[in-house]
Amino acid sequence: MSNIVMEKDIAHTHEQGHEDAGSLSLFGFWIYLMTDCILFATLFAGYAVLRDSVAGGPSSMDIFELPYVLAETMLLLLSSITYGYAMLAMNHGKQRDVLRWLGLTFVLGAGFIAMEINEFHHLIAEGYGPDRSAFLTAFFTLVGTHGAHVLTGLIWMAVLMVQVKQRGLTSTNATRLSCLSLFWHFLDVVWICVFTVVYLLGVV
Amino acid sequence: MFGKLSWDAIPTTEPIVMYTLAIVGLMGVALVGSITWKRKWGYLWREWFTSVDHKKIGCMYIIVALVMLLRGFSDAIMMRTQQAMAASGGPGYLPPEHYDQIFTAHGVIMIFFMAMPFVVGLMNIVVPLQIGARDVAYPFLNALSFWLFVVGAALVNISLGVGEFARTGWVAYPPLSELGYSPGVGVDYYIWSLQISGIGTLLTGVNFFVTILKMRTEGMTLFKMPVFTWNALCTSVLILAAFPILTATLLMLTLDRYLGMHFFTNEAGGNPMMYVNLIWAWGHPEVYILILPAFGVFSEIAATFSSKRLFGYVSLVWATIAITVLSFIVWLHHFFTMGAGGNVNAFFGIMTMIIAVPTGVKIFTWLFTMYRGRVRFETPMLWTLGFIVTFSIGGMTGVLLAVPGADFLLHNSLFLIAHFHNVIIGGAVFGYMAGLTYWFPKAFGFRLNDKLGRIAFWCWLVGFYFAFMPSYVLGFMGMTRRLNHFDNPEWRPWLLLELVGVAIILCGVAAQALQLFVSIRNRHQYRDLTGDPWDGRTLEWATASPPPLYNFAEQPKVNDLDAYWGMKERGVSTLSHTDYRSIHMPRNTASGLVISLFALVCSFALVWHIWWMAAFGLVASVVAFVVRSYDEDTDYFVPAQEVARIETARLKDLAEA
Amino acid sequence: MKRAMGYCLVTITSLFLLTSCNLVVFNPKGQVATDERDLIILATGLMLLVVVPVIVMMFVFAYRYRATNKKARYSPRWASSHKIEAVVWGVPLLIIIVLGWVTWETTHALDPYRPLESDTPPINVQVVATDWKWLFIYPDLGIASVNELALPVHTPVSFTVTSDAAMTSFFIPALGGQIYAMAGMQTKLHLIANETGEFRGIAANYNGPGFSDMHFTTLSLSTADFQTWVTKVKGAATSLDHSTYAQLAKPTLKHPVTYYSAVQERLFLDIVDKYEGMNKANKPRRSPLSDAAQRTDQHPSLLAEER
Repeated sequence: MSNIVMEKDIAHTHEQGHEDAGSLSLFGFWIYLMTDCILFATLFAGYAVLRDSVAGGPSSMDIFELPYVLAETMLLLLSSITYGYAMLAMNHGKQRDVLRWLGLTFVLGAGFIAMEINEFHHLIAEGYGPDRSAFLTAFFTLVGTHGAHVLTGLIWMAVLMVQVKQRGLTSTNATRLSCLSLFWHFLDVVWICVFTVVYLLGVV
Repeated sequence: MFGKLSWDAIPTTEPIVMYTLAIVGLMGVALVGSITWKRKWGYLWREWFTSVDHKKIGCMYIIVALVMLLRGFSDAIMMRTQQAMAASGGPGYLPPEHYDQIFTAHGVIMIFFMAMPFVVGLMNIVVPLQIGARDVAYPFLNALSFWLFVVGAALVNISLGVGEFARTGWVAYPPLSELGYSPGVGVDYYIWSLQISGIGTLLTGVNFFVTILKMRTEGMTLFKMPVFTWNALCTSVLILAAFPILTATLLMLTLDRYLGMHFFTNEAGGNPMMYVNLIWAWGHPEVYILILPAFGVFSEIAATFSSKRLFGYVSLVWATIAITVLSFIVWLHHFFTMGAGGNVNAFFGIMTMIIAVPTGVKIFTWLFTMYRGRVRFETPMLWTLGFIVTFSIGGMTGVLLAVPGADFLLHNSLFLIAHFHNVIIGGAVFGYMAGLTYWFPKAFGFRLNDKLGRIAFWCWLVGFYFAFMPSYVLGFMGMTRRLNHFDNPEWRPWLLLELVGVAIILCGVAAQALQLFVSIRNRHQYRDLTGDPWDGRTLEWATASPPPLYNFAEQPKVNDLDAYWGMKERGVSTLSHTDYRSIHMPRNTASGLVISLFALVCSFALVWHIWWMAAFGLVASVVAFVVRSYDEDTDYFVPAQEVARIETARLKDLAEA
Repeated sequence: MKRAMGYCLVTITSLFLLTSCNLVVFNPKGQVATDERDLIILATGLMLLVVVPVIVMMFVFAYRYRATNKKARYSPRWASSHKIEAVVWGVPLLIIIVLGWVTWETTHALDPYRPLESDTPPINVQVVATDWKWLFIYPDLGIASVNELALPVHTPVSFTVTSDAAMTSFFIPALGGQIYAMAGMQTKLHLIANETGEFRGIAANYNGPGFSDMHFTTLSLSTADFQTWVTKVKGAATSLDHSTYAQLAKPTLKHPVTYYSAVQERLFLDIVDKYEGMNKANKPRRSPLSDAAQRTDQHPSLLAEER
């Protein structure tokens, strides 16, 4: 059972149950995203339980600034649109356009992260960090975990952009772009839930 | 520079630990020495450590599981001895802070590092073969999952010699597990070992879910899959839905401990009850993850060794699906005594009882498979029969505990201990042992020594009853769990009886170790030439023992349930070919190992607050992953003439048999 | 016949075991424990209806259909039967329905929060689990004790339980079931002693190094003896106020029985209020940062009677 000299024969023999590798990867990635969904659901549940545990500190009404969050949201939503254009370009095989749209997506996503870091920094500087109360703990963690996912997506995007530049729109890269697309839009959906449950419901 | 780590971390004041470390160290040196002497490092690296072959990975999982079984069992021996000695008010021989780590480690090791890898290992070896596939959907992720699991196991073992382990019980309830009450590194070792191996498990769940749904051979519809594969599918669903909860909960505890947050602290609004809910929302599906594959094993064995079709296949599949779904709505039965009120307690109690119905159906299914069959009492069948009796008793006590009014008296007592060991040992472990004996010839090409296997079974069975039936009595006598000393002499005779039981199980374990040694030594004599030593019914028996790396030269076309039995009945040979084609296979890689190694560096550093090392480990891990993504040479084709050579050799073996 | 003898044997052995050893669960001294014990016996009996046939069938089938027995009928393809399916799904389902109904009824009847019906007025005890001892405060009598709980026999006792440390469980096996003690929360338990005697009380959830020694004595006394005990405690040298309590709350192992002749007002509630727990601030509307105002008008039903 040792490695045997490989053949350059790339003729894709369709065997039983041997799905096209790209669609298999995409399906598996969907399944992973569903588990990520449950992870977020758990954090949402934690937030719901701890939302009112302010320990004498600020509550949601005190610290959320909706206009700011709206701006953040716009950045993220726009970045989803730009990624969509990147995928369209990919389907048409236009490598340069893909890179441009991805670049734009990256900037918008990085802008989102920058705004979020700014919001966190501001709160911590005022003494309303995650160690102040259970409510703040839950807030920082839920929003922060989403942010960490976005950051991971940005790193992935950067690496992918380099790989697309170096190797072009190969089938492997196309699959990876599709997976990242799923990831990116998923994070957008999660953000909508965060925006609604945390920020909107937090100030009414 | 090194965070909290210093030479004081080595417990030089604990003689028991130091002796253990010395012995383990010597054994390690002997092992490494003999591998070096025999110049086997290259072989190990090429054939095993960098393998992405599901069969190899499965074997490695089980090997690690067996090693960890020894450690977990040693913990059990130490606990039972301490309790037998300390029954009349004396302190026993174990310092209390040591005992408290031992019962925590015992639980963690047995569940996460013995039972889980056993399950994953069996699924790895068997499922692709049973569905006629060449490998799992994501072979690289499979290897990565294995090495991440090893990192978790490594952390738990390192904690013995460097620092300490948690002293909280295996589910680590806060606020005890928070910094205030557990300022040491023990809970941090706990967190990181579980978190990292948990990622591995989650990836395994994705892998097998996709594999079973997408890679079945032609003709194998879902309702023609073997029952073990069905159980593996349901187990994968459980993993996918439950493990993210564990990841999130451990994350929350980590943030509390590392960044001073307040998820579960007593002060600043934290809510320990929320941890209890979350951890059991994961924890209950977890125990079904452990038992469902064992049920699958028993289904296969009952049919094979009764030489008869499995009774009530469709019913059995639906029962398994029912169990999978129901297992998510019963978690509160782990803490009826937390005071949730009559309505909530009653709801969860009733839901728990409802799960007993499909479980009972399964037991009847196995019984009626034997009915009007020709039952052969080979060792796997012995384990199955022992299981039926033992698990029925354990299930009964479980339903009893599901009645909140009864649970109020028995929660956290030795009755509870007896119940869950009853179902875990009598159910899960017996299943794994049965599976091990059943599929060992397939995995390694030779049978295990039969006599020692039977001795092992009887020792385990009798030993189990001696070791745990007295616990039911002790529960009725008001003894609660996790005590390291007490002054109730009435308990002593029962505890001594349990010690006898432990000794008998020890004989069983020794018999198994001897069995492995003897079988390996006599492997040529015990060689399985046909690939079908038990007259099996499912596709894995259609291959050679061990199967070639690509499993099937040509993926079989399936017509029936019990695909291979059908082929045998029709006299269809699976190997008469002249037109072998080249086969597309994934290449071995060291990436999984490297990524995991850096994960070990990162997590060890996090335990000891060595921030620069943690950052380095994390970055290196990510870089290794990115490097892997650059690798274009990830698969190859096995040339047709190589396939022909392998298959011809197999035909020759068949002729000889 | 053989089976009947088997049952007899099992019953006799069980009775022997039950009476010869001190199986406290089967030897209850309180009404709640008695009801819980009866529930255990009923539930076990119901399940044996399935478990015993299963075990018997296993032995019978394995023996009769062993491969060496060529006389037994061999039907290798027979693998389904609607009748058998109906029975194996139906009978356990029926048993579970019965048991489920029993569960519903008894879970509500035995709910620890439910006050016991009795002609005698209940006595209140506030329980504080602290590392690693039990503090019992009698708010109506103005006394407190550590690791010794005295109760008048035939009198319902209403316990309000909290913890000033890690989570643990308050349990007197002879009298009834347990309830968790958690910081910042108040849980309730209602028990009554049917006999006089001395019973063991324990902590039933691991909470750290002193756990194994965290047990206490429960004295079920006649009315007269109980009065004597109260007088004895009232004669103690120390009283329990915030400073003596702070001393007491420091972690100790094997804490000896201690008496306190007087207890500061609201001490128990102050201990609960140290942690936010369930008494979290209401959804703030106008002045979110005022915490003092929030605490008093919380969930009144959860608070013990205030004096």
